[in-house]
Amino acid sequence: MKNNFANFINKTISLSMSMNKNVICFGLGVTDPKGVFGTTLNLQKKFGSARVFDAPASENSLTGMSIGASMLGTIPILNHQRLDFALLSLDQIINNAAKWHYLYGGQINIPITIRMITGRGWGQGPTHSQNLQALFTHIPGLKVVMPSLIDDLPTLLLSSIFDKNPVIFIENRWLHFSETKKKFKPSIRNLPYHRKISSGKNITIICYSYMTIEVLKASKILKKEFRVDVEIIDLVCLSPIKEKILIDSIKKTKNLLLVDTSYITGSFSSNLLAKLSKLDFEHKPQILAMPDFPEPTSSFMTKYFYNNYISVINKTLDTLKIKKRYKVNQNNHIHDKPVDYYMGPF
Amino acid sequence: MVEETISKKYSEQKMRCPVHLSIGQEIAPSILSLFTEKKDKCISTHRCHAHYLSKGGNLDKMIAEIYGKKTGCSKGYGGSMHLIDIKKGFMGTSAIVGSSIPLSIGMGLNIKLKGSKNISICYFGEGAREEGAFIESVNLAIVKELPVLFFCENNYYSVYTSIDQRQPKNASYNKILSNLGMKTFYSRGKNFDDMYIKIKNAYNFVKKKRLPCYLEIDCYRNVEHCGPYNDDHLGYRNKEDFKKWKNIDLIRNLEKFILKSKNSNSKLIKKIRENNKYKIDKAFYFADKSAKPNPSDAFLNLFK
Repeated sequence: MKNNFANFINKTISLSMSMNKNVICFGLGVTDPKGVFGTTLNLQKKFGSARVFDAPASENSLTGMSIGASMLGTIPILNHQRLDFALLSLDQIINNAAKWHYLYGGQINIPITIRMITGRGWGQGPTHSQNLQALFTHIPGLKVVMPSLIDDLPTLLLSSIFDKNPVIFIENRWLHFSETKKKFKPSIRNLPYHRKISSGKNITIICYSYMTIEVLKASKILKKEFRVDVEIIDLVCLSPIKEKILIDSIKKTKNLLLVDTSYITGSFSSNLLAKLSKLDFEHKPQILAMPDFPEPTSSFMTKYFYNNYISVINKTLDTLKIKKRYKVNQNNHIHDKPVDYYMGPF
Repeated sequence: MVEETISKKYSEQKMRCPVHLSIGQEIAPSILSLFTEKKDKCISTHRCHAHYLSKGGNLDKMIAEIYGKKTGCSKGYGGSMHLIDIKKGFMGTSAIVGSSIPLSIGMGLNIKLKGSKNISICYFGEGAREEGAFIESVNLAIVKELPVLFFCENNYYSVYTSIDQRQPKNASYNKILSNLGMKTFYSRGKNFDDMYIKIKNAYNFVKKKRLPCYLEIDCYRNVEHCGPYNDDHLGYRNKEDFKKWKNIDLIRNLEKFILKSKNSNSKLIKKIRENNKYKIDKAFYFADKSAKPNPSDAFLNLFK
């Protein structure tokens, strides 16, 4: 039987709740008929309304409530259907969740997980599609993770839930549709960790979240049609960063492309590149990111707005000073849906 | 007396952080301390000295914290605005107006989930009512039926800005919140018996009914918003008010009452003062002599 990403989130939350009775799960829509895109369906039936509950649209206080409860031993999972809604809780995240452990000299810790989902395409528009991870990675004291591949998802989520620090868990909505035949077998790892998901000798591509899927696709074509051998590092954890795996890879390939999911100015990748600029490169490293514009809503305007495997291929070729370009006719390509069977509405 | 000593010694430049003194506002938390238990969890604000001490917070560690020492209750990371004594159920304070209120409902949620008998206490000033976090949190506390005592100390000023520039004239939060379905109590802060009864009833309501309650008391900050001195020369506060509140100083009045009721009480009060002075001197000595943190300690305690 096939499982998809959304089922795996549901299963992982369920597993964590059976492993530890202190885990609770709540947020707006958690118990509604759609259950946050299916990720929280049936949890209330299994674990009762004290541990799984719906909530008012009070993002800031719900976050503070998670922090206060976690100070006394509760392990909260707070769910937001969009990252953009969670912006109302920045005071609690930045001033309290990220600070309490430090402020009190390590006497108290805040083991909360905040799930935020970002949209892409299908008219998500300027305020339902923002990838504001750089905002959170800027704040010391927060762990920021972004899953990409379904095989790692259960381990990443379980590790986040049981991490003793605040974890911002950012999911791209399109990933919810990815599928696997592999068994559900999560383990608990220390955060942060990064994953080398393919070995290569010509260039290192550092990527994360949904763009990892596009980079994987691009790497196959790069190898077959351009004889470019790509080493892919799926970051998984954006903050804090363990540089060793990145440095080892760059020392080997001597070339680097960073692929981001957000606006380029002040992006996570531009910051990471600044940190890695101490290394020696054969060609100048580059960043593939989004333009400094909000995402438009109309699908006519988003036609070429997003990066995909094609732009990854061409940016890789550009970085390596290879003159050839990869061209496909994108006229019939459906650019704003994750899968063919997706019919909206959100 | 503790804060009068802070005030006196502040110019020595050994307390190198902002201090928000509670002088004039000490009586209400002192009364609450007659009812609270160690297991009750308390959270407070930048003006937290009286709340911390009334919950049993360690005085030596508080002064050491203000001195920025390793032995401070927050090991020097917090300062005067961030006191904590976990053993005594004082779980920390926030220096952002209104920001600690949501934490108190989280503590209430934990208490409810565990089925324990204690309660969560949330101190804040009337300025915090202007923050969204306040209305969000009282709403959540009512909907989720959480055992939280919302303790509002109304001193009429947010830094130098008076309440009539910030909130509707004659607005009654007691009315607003009781319309939302929350039990409320209000004391004008001018009569000891009235304040005592209101605080006792509010505490007992939360404790017995396991529901949230809003308690508001009027009070007056005798010294400046932030710092050890008076700031009346700035002219932002009415001189008449200052005189009025000086006359109804409940601590002084209580002292007079005790002295009047029994002759031998003067000895008792003297003894209490001497005892306090000894404890305070000891705390300042402890703070002064305690080890300093290393500059490299700044890079510890980011993650557990």
